[in-house]
Amino acid sequence: MTAVLEISGLRKTYRGRKGVRKALDGFDMVVEAGQVHGFLGPNGSGKTTTLRTLLGLIKPNDGRMAILGEEVPRRLPQVAGRVGAIVESPQFFGNFTAETTLSLLADAGGVNPRRVPAVLELVGLRDRAKDRVKTYSLGMKQRLAVASALLKEPKLLILDEPANGLDPGGIREMRTLMGDLAGSGMTVLLSSHILGEIQLICDSVTIISAGRRVAAGSVADVLAGHTSSAVRVRLEPGVDLLGAAEMLRAAGAVITIERDHFTVGNASNPAQITKLLAERQIYVSELTPVSADLEDVFLELTGTAPVDGASRQVDQVGTQGGWGQ
Amino acid sequence: MSLYTAETRRLSKRRFTRFFVLIALIVLGLLAGGTAYTHEKTTARTRAAAEAAADRAYQEQLGYAEQARQDCRKDPTSYGGNCDGISPPTRDQISAEQFLTPPFDFRADFPALVIAWAALLALVAFIIGASFVGAEWNSGGMMNLLLWRPQRLRVLSTKLSALLTWLAGLGVLSGAAWTGLFWLIATLRGSTAGMTPGAWQSLGLTGLRGLGLVLMAGAIGFGAASIGRHTAAALGVAIGVIVIFQFGLAIVLELARVRFYEAYLLPAWIGAWMVKSYDVVDYRAPCVYSATNSCEPPVLTITWQMAGGLFAAVSIIIVGVAMWTIRKRDIT
Repeated sequence: MTAVLEISGLRKTYRGRKGVRKALDGFDMVVEAGQVHGFLGPNGSGKTTTLRTLLGLIKPNDGRMAILGEEVPRRLPQVAGRVGAIVESPQFFGNFTAETTLSLLADAGGVNPRRVPAVLELVGLRDRAKDRVKTYSLGMKQRLAVASALLKEPKLLILDEPANGLDPGGIREMRTLMGDLAGSGMTVLLSSHILGEIQLICDSVTIISAGRRVAAGSVADVLAGHTSSAVRVRLEPGVDLLGAAEMLRAAGAVITIERDHFTVGNASNPAQITKLLAERQIYVSELTPVSADLEDVFLELTGTAPVDGASRQVDQVGTQGGWGQ
Repeated sequence: MSLYTAETRRLSKRRFTRFFVLIALIVLGLLAGGTAYTHEKTTARTRAAAEAAADRAYQEQLGYAEQARQDCRKDPTSYGGNCDGISPPTRDQISAEQFLTPPFDFRADFPALVIAWAALLALVAFIIGASFVGAEWNSGGMMNLLLWRPQRLRVLSTKLSALLTWLAGLGVLSGAAWTGLFWLIATLRGSTAGMTPGAWQSLGLTGLRGLGLVLMAGAIGFGAASIGRHTAAALGVAIGVIVIFQFGLAIVLELARVRFYEAYLLPAWIGAWMVKSYDVVDYRAPCVYSATNSCEPPVLTITWQMAGGLFAAVSIIIVGVAMWTIRKRDIT
């Protein structure tokens, strides 16, 4: 496959009164052609900084970036016509209508103005095209932002939180749209916090934390690389659940007791569980591996899982395994 | 070229632009209407009426004087004991001109109105220029545009050239309309006599300097708002300049008895630019003796070239800083 987007060793530091803060610390990313690529990271991890740097809005301190084989930011003017992007929240001049907004962008970018009604239809804003943008809801502005990104029929579409503010129906429409765009050969880089959506839509992901890449690859590979060794244990009705759990705990198992079952967190050999329980005449009715989803992997890798009674601060990253683990 | 077209369209479509142009046109219209209302062509009929009014006024004055004399004779003390000093005005002191509505003399009166047109348009140009780029920065529209055209200097300079061209168009059209309107007023309610080619040339040059003032004000507003990334930044600078550098500085300089202190203030330079020269007189300094005029206070003359140079330098510096900042800063 051809890489549509390549970033290596990207660094960006900000100097403030509290000293130097590394927003990007040698970040790497590769997005292959025709893929929908998820870009994940907690707040303040460097996602938006990466996208802004890639699009020439922020000057990096170091690193190499290329879009569609062209070095950026040096060759960005040449490649910009093939890249559609929305960065962070949709930002438009409120007193213009959606139609005027897109028509002005089409003029500025030398795009055929006939694309304007087509993209408004595509994102479901046809009937509100002549309304001023300031009357739009956040979700409608988001749709307009996507429309503006699609206006120039890009080869690479970069969307920063496109589902932000959308209702459930809108999120599903956006998911379908992403799929259709990818199906038409467009490469989509999608930054989102809605991990379920990412898992459904994306072929591959990059996870960033504290300005560094902590995982990358196909969704399946990333999940497989962080498969949980936990198993769920359910016993026959009437059996002493607490007693069985205590017995396993005494043998070194990490137990989490639930209402009608318990989970063994470090069951590298589940047969040991059945053996120990059977020796005490306790028989299991269910022994199921607990599979990790993208959210679990994300929380583990970024160290941002919540802990009861504690408030995690933005920019606060856990140590190995993350706090709360 | 497509970017230039888009920016010209954007500027024309902005409600803020339309609103301020409308306000300027209304103010100019009121000024023209007021001028037409307060002037009248002198005819035999109006002169006869003015003569009659002057006669009536003279007779009234005679009556008042006679009444005062009688009162004085009854009680001289209330008139200082001297009734001989009470005398009515002579007839030639009450002229018919005092009762004539003045005619509008195009040659004499219109140059001041060109200055009024330029000053108003310069104010509007400053606000429109500031808002044109300030609102774009503030709303995020500029960032959006830079995603489409990632050439920062080109985008900002295209915006500026679209603004200046648009302002020049507005200036030329409104200036022509302004001249035509007052030519009409002079024809109907005054005189257009004396408009020799030389007079027209002088008027044209005043108009061109006025247009220059409008463009420089637009560029300064644009530059200041771009540096501050908000319309309010330019308006704040303008208010700061007026409050601190005009009122505050004027007081401080006067208290410090600085020589030719007026030369440090903006109106003197605007005046010099528009009327070709402005004399700053230092009344506190020892007077200068000369053979023809015995003793006169020293004068510093600010020429239109000096004023033009200063305004051009300020415009270039502010626009230059705006270009430098957009090139250097991170856009967040």
